[in-house]
Amino acid sequence: MNLGNMPFVAAALLILLGIYAVLFKRNLIKIVLGISLVETGVNLLLVTLGYRTDGIAPIFTLAPRAGPMVLPTPQALTLTSIVIGLATTALLLSFVVWIHRHYGTLDVRKIKELRG
Amino acid sequence: MTALMTQHAPVLLIAIPLLGAFAVPILGKLGRGARDAFSGLIALLTAALAGVLAANVFGQTGAASLYVLGGQGFQLPLPSGMSVPVRIVLQPDGMSAFMTLITALILLAAVLFSFSYWRDRSGGTLYYSLLFLLVAGVFGMELTGDLFNFFVFLEVTSIAACGLIGFRVWRKTSQEAGFKVMALYTLSGLFVLLAIGLLYGQYGGLNVAYVANALSGGTLDLIALGLLLAGLALKAGAVPLHMWAPDAYGEAPAPVSAVLVANSQASLYGLFRVLFTLYGPAIRTETAGWLLITLALLTIFVGVTMALIQKDIKRLIAYGAVSQIGYMLLGVGVGLAVSVAKPDYGFVAMQGGIFHMLNDAACIGLLFLCSGAVIRAAGTSDLDRMGGLAHSMKWTGALFLIGSFALAGVPPFNGFASKFLIYEASFRLSPFLAVVAILSSILLLAVFVKAFQAAFLGAKPSVPVRRTSAGMMIPMVALALVVVVFGLFPGFFLDRIVTPAVNALWYGRDAYIGLVLGGG
Repeated sequence: MNLGNMPFVAAALLILLGIYAVLFKRNLIKIVLGISLVETGVNLLLVTLGYRTDGIAPIFTLAPRAGPMVLPTPQALTLTSIVIGLATTALLLSFVVWIHRHYGTLDVRKIKELRG
Repeated sequence: MTALMTQHAPVLLIAIPLLGAFAVPILGKLGRGARDAFSGLIALLTAALAGVLAANVFGQTGAASLYVLGGQGFQLPLPSGMSVPVRIVLQPDGMSAFMTLITALILLAAVLFSFSYWRDRSGGTLYYSLLFLLVAGVFGMELTGDLFNFFVFLEVTSIAACGLIGFRVWRKTSQEAGFKVMALYTLSGLFVLLAIGLLYGQYGGLNVAYVANALSGGTLDLIALGLLLAGLALKAGAVPLHMWAPDAYGEAPAPVSAVLVANSQASLYGLFRVLFTLYGPAIRTETAGWLLITLALLTIFVGVTMALIQKDIKRLIAYGAVSQIGYMLLGVGVGLAVSVAKPDYGFVAMQGGIFHMLNDAACIGLLFLCSGAVIRAAGTSDLDRMGGLAHSMKWTGALFLIGSFALAGVPPFNGFASKFLIYEASFRLSPFLAVVAILSSILLLAVFVKAFQAAFLGAKPSVPVRRTSAGMMIPMVALALVVVVFGLFPGFFLDRIVTPAVNALWYGRDAYIGLVLGGG
């Protein structure tokens, strides 16, 4: 088995695990964790796409002359995605806080005023 | 000044609402008058820019134009010799301009309506701020020519929309709706990002034209397509991924519900862009067409039947809005299914589907604004506990009826014009499709007439109602005028703006790729 593919396998596992948590967990915090897992999986995939064996960081000052430089785009994408993830997770958790204040529970089965 | 506005309209359309979003809280410190005046100015400026852009694009019969940020000039194509085409590209073509018109129309109506609607409520400053942020994201989605920027704008709209749904934290149900919608929006965004990652991994580019040019249609591409379809259909509120939509539209303040419909339509625009511009000939097949048609029939059917059993006026309209997404998908699905075999009536189906986006935005927007006035007057959104509002709100009742007729596709209102094209084209593919579509429309009419009867007819209410103020009346009348004028002169608008928009999707792919890649 090619060990170079392991990051892709890990990313897929993280995403599947996250989707499982979102679909089957009853606790709101665990659902948020699931979403976070999916996000981490996608970020891992993006970073992995930018990996080149023996590539060096794309910073021109003091860079060694030999060897390929990696393209900074995937890193930039991942950074942006992490920042967006922070905002969405914060917003989700603040909703959880307010839901707990109103309903006194985090169990999705008991939070169902909006049905139909 | 005008020349400058014309040239830079694409980026200003994103920049002006963004400026508005972050300047409103500062102006809010100066008092309500300053804040409202500034918000009105931003909305007017945005609408003017959308008008300028549309006049420019439709003046050139909807051909795509290029706006490049970070280059030496604004119209430079991507350096074709360079192996890595990295530029921030906006590319307004007929379809984008058409969508920005819809968004600007709804934004203007919502902001005008909000002046009176928020007069005696708290949280207005936050509200305007988030509203402009949402609209900036929607314009971004509609104008960008870059996959990753599309994702970023998608997330901007998600966060702003959920802020608007849930910012009234004292309401129990708004928090529940906010959480549900945010969780699903985030998942949809991550699906889209995953698909973008898969495409980037294969082709090493993020520019739509560059990826479209290199696309080979292999297995990974199809997986990416599936993820994009799932993510964008979720955000557009198509059944079976619609469960967030009634909560979102129902719990948001009335003017926001109208803007949220424009947001859903922007996702639908993204879906069409992916299908026609990014994938193009590779998936112009019957299979793809029938997939969309199945989604469309499900959406129409579930939307209408769920609307039947609603007791809450806003949830009822929300399910009506869900069902209309189905009609747009039906038009485009029929277009895709016959695009190779019988392109001429496929084109008619597309015209119907795309025209219906504009018509739906106008009449659903009108209905949501009416529901805002109704809820304000009756003090409740429960249809069983209101009634007799027509005694003191004749005009609001009449406008509600106009919106309902237009939504159900009764002539001579605008819904009829676009739905007729959809019926006609889908009948030629299979009579069954047209029958389902027509029956659902009739059922929808029954649902809305029932809602009208519950809210407006009956004995005069014992407590005095709050009548609709002039400030709320103006945007409602304006939207009703759009509904009527588009219904009376559909041919005029079909030729001027709808056909160029459909052309951009249907025939514009090669020209688009050539334009952005500089012929290389």
